[in-house]
Formats: sequence, structure tokens, C-alpha cells
Amino acid sequence: MRYSLPGILKQAVRGHRGWPRVWRDSDPAHSYDVIIVGGGGHGLATAYYLARRHGIRRVCVLEKGWIGGGNTGRNTTIVRSNYLFPESARFYDFSLKLYERLGRELNYNIMFGQPGVLNLAYSRQELRQMNRRVNALRHAGITAHMMTAGEVYRLLPHLRPPEDLARPIFGGFLQPKGGTVRHDAVAWGYARAASRLGVDIVQNCTVESIAVKDGRVSGVVTSQGEINADQVLLATGGHASILASQAGLSMPITSFALQAMVSEPTRPLLNVVLDGPVYVSQSDRGELVVGGGTDLFNSYAQRGAAATCERNFAFLVDLFPCFSRLKWMRQWAGTVDYTPDHSPVLGPTGIAGLFLSAGWGSYGFKAIPAGGYTLAHTMATGRVHDLIQPFSLDRFVAGALIDEGASSGMDLGRPVI
Amino acid sequence: MMILPCPWCGPRDQEEFRWRGQAHIVRPAQPEQTGDEAWARYLFARDNSRGIARELWHHIYGCGGWFAMERDTVSHAIKTVYGVGDTPPKARS
Repeated sequence: MRYSLPGILKQAVRGHRGWPRVWRDSDPAHSYDVIIVGGGGHGLATAYYLARRHGIRRVCVLEKGWIGGGNTGRNTTIVRSNYLFPESARFYDFSLKLYERLGRELNYNIMFGQPGVLNLAYSRQELRQMNRRVNALRHAGITAHMMTAGEVYRLLPHLRPPEDLARPIFGGFLQPKGGTVRHDAVAWGYARAASRLGVDIVQNCTVESIAVKDGRVSGVVTSQGEINADQVLLATGGHASILASQAGLSMPITSFALQAMVSEPTRPLLNVVLDGPVYVSQSDRGELVVGGGTDLFNSYAQRGAAATCERNFAFLVDLFPCFSRLKWMRQWAGTVDYTPDHSPVLGPTGIAGLFLSAGWGSYGFKAIPAGGYTLAHTMATGRVHDLIQPFSLDRFVAGALIDEGASSGMDLGRPVI
Repeated sequence: MMILPCPWCGPRDQEEFRWRGQAHIVRPAQPEQTGDEAWARYLFARDNSRGIARELWHHIYGCGGWFAMERDTVSHAIKTVYGVGDTPPKARS
């Protein structure tokens, strides 16, 4: 069914008891044209664009848990495209533009708000770097502008006065189009749209290995038996290394635990998404959603250490004294897969038919629409989409790294890998 | 939270240490004769295993010493501690 105002009114009168299931939960068939491993945002978006834009509908998304239960449902929902290098700026801005019309396209409310993303500078050097970034963004056609310390204080009156701050604020820069999206809605919206186009979504189905015959992919071996397909996409978020290295690829990826936390709801305090080094936004319900640096060691535990929490809170309370009395309701962690240059690894691999959507680190959520769009194009046409050509796995052999360390929001603790 | 067993200082809080990445990465003996692929593997490819990992740790806010350790990357349980230049435990037996 299509969501519409009359539909909502009709359901409201009936006590909201008549809403149908949003997507079909399927059992896997014996063979497909395309198998997508991982039912997160990237996997579901790729399935949707394959079916919608390229007419490939014999597609199966295999998810070991529940859809959107990994990093898609664990991030801090921030969407922005303020990246330094043209390759990244182009790619992430395409994603932002897709997000802007995604709600309408999917007929699903993704609750996209664009209050702007503000990065703060705590030294003159940082301010100079931001100036460079703003200039680079303008070259890429993305609106962004510098802000003086005075302008920052006018925007955020709850900030601790400059003379009391441990790290005084020198200014910042704002991307006005940045904002937040309800992350579950992205997974559910894509799942619903893909499911309606005939894509099978299989939950609780673990892929144990990739079947490769004579250098070609022939399918996957799962906890529910073998499934055949000519094309397989690995979109498993933080677990990218495992299946890929089993298939013989050498992966430039190390996984870390990145924590997020949510406060009790409070009155409106923040009218902008604050970024760097701790990032915080206020949800529609009034909760503060906070993220920061990762735990500084290799980990697949989807839980974080107290020390990192403490570091994030200390930073935040230094900025906003009024946050110190808030109670924190929830805290969790996701497994983020960092590459050495903090850019993703996308597209074909040395094994024919095997594609990667990996290395998304802490920047994958904002890229979901663009990642899905470009990978669907790449898999359907056999030609790597222009936007993702710079992000190929062999850039590590060629040395053509795109070092987005500073833009990936990891200033508080970036492990060297 | 982990308590790490520094071979020189004994059990200490994880915050005193820095993780220094995967252990036993061997630099190709003759870089000028090493192909791009092998060199990229040396520089960038990492095991990133889910389960037991062998890694280097540095007691940066303690004695400053380095050691190698086997640790579970899911449960964070510490299995064995050994010297940086030593052969890894499994290879020994």
C-alpha cells in the first residue's frame, strides 16, 4: 500500500490496527542473478536500485540477524558532504542529494532534517585547515562557510564562556545542507521498496563462505544451504574482512568499536549538528545523540569501553556545562571497518562476479544512497560507475590513496593501522 | 575494560597502553625487488580476524616497553603474552 494522508486518517480512525507488513520476509530460493550479503543500508539500497533502475529483480539480500541491526541502526544518523578531496566531496554530495528526495522516492518518511553541520576549531591551525576545506568544498560546488567564534556563540548560546573553556573556540565552519536522517527508516524504506519490486529479503541467514569456481563466483554457502548466483556483493559493514579474506582477497581493513549514546529527552538546546571531535545532535524527541572516537584497538565486540565514553562526556561537558546533569539512557557500539585512508573500498575485485561495498568505517551511513546507486550501476552494466572509480581496491597497489582522515570525524582518537 | 598484563609491570589498566597493530608483519627483505602487489600487502593488508588476533601493545604511560599478545577480538579475553621478537605461541608447538 502507498502511504498517504487519507490513508493515515483512515488508520487513525481504526486505531492503527490495519497497517500491513512493510516488507516480505522470504525463504531463499535455489538461485538468483545477484546475492547481496548484508541487510544493512548499503545492501538494501543496492538491491533497490538494481531492481528499480536496472530491472534486475532476481535479487536476494541475506542478513545474519535482522535488517538494519548492524551499523545502519547504530550510527548517530548524521548526513553531510563536507569532505576535503574532490573524489569524496563529489561522491558524498551525490548521496546527500539522493537523501534529499529519498522520502518522496520511497514513499517512506525518513525524517530528514537539514539544520546544518558545524565543525568547531580549537586552534588557529585547525581554523586554517577548515578554511582550506571550505575553499575545496566551494570548488566542488558545495555550499559551506567559515564562522567566527562570535558567530558560533550566537548560534550556540549554551556554550561555556570562552574564558572558562579548557580549549577555547577559534571559530568553525558550517555546511548548511548537513543534517540527520532517521537511520532505521532508511533500512526499512529501502527494504519496503525493494521487496515490492520482487527482491527477496532473508533474515537470520548467515553466509558461511563464498563459492568460487575457476576464479568466478558461483554463489554462497549459508546456514540455510547453498544458493547460486553469478554476482555476489559483500556489504557486511564491520565484518567485511572475514568473508573477503576467506575468498582470497587481501583486505586493507581493520575493525574497531565505535560508541554512541543517547541522553534523556530535554528542551531544545541545539539547532545544529555539532561535529568534531565529539559529535552531537538533538533528536526530534529531544534526546542528545552523541558519538566520538573509537576504542583504540582492534575489536569486533559490539560494545565499547568506559574510558572512551568518559573521554567523550568530558569533552562535551567542557563545551556545554548544562549537559552535566543529563541522565544517559542508552549506550552501544558498532563495529567500524577502517581503511588506512579512511575512504571506502567499492566495486569489483580480482574474483569475477564478486563485488565489495566495504571499508565504510564511521562514514557509511551518509553514503547509503550513493553507495547503493553506484554499485547497482556497476553490477548491472559491468562498468564501474564514475563516482566510485577512485575507491577501488587496487588503489592500495597503485598508491592512489584518498586520505580523508580529517574529514571522517576521528580527531579524538584515530588508531594508526 | 581490559586489564593488560605488562611483562615488566604486571597487570595494569588498558588506558596505560597503546595498541600498535598486528604483530609479525614482515617487511620484504629487498624492497627494490618487491612487486607493487606484495609491497601493498605488506603496507596495508591486515588479518583483522574475528577471534584470536596477535598484536603489539606498548605500555606508553608505564615502563614504555613493547610486547606481543594473543587476544580475542570478540570477547577481549587475553590468551598469551610474549616477546616482540618471539615466535608466536602456536607456531612454537
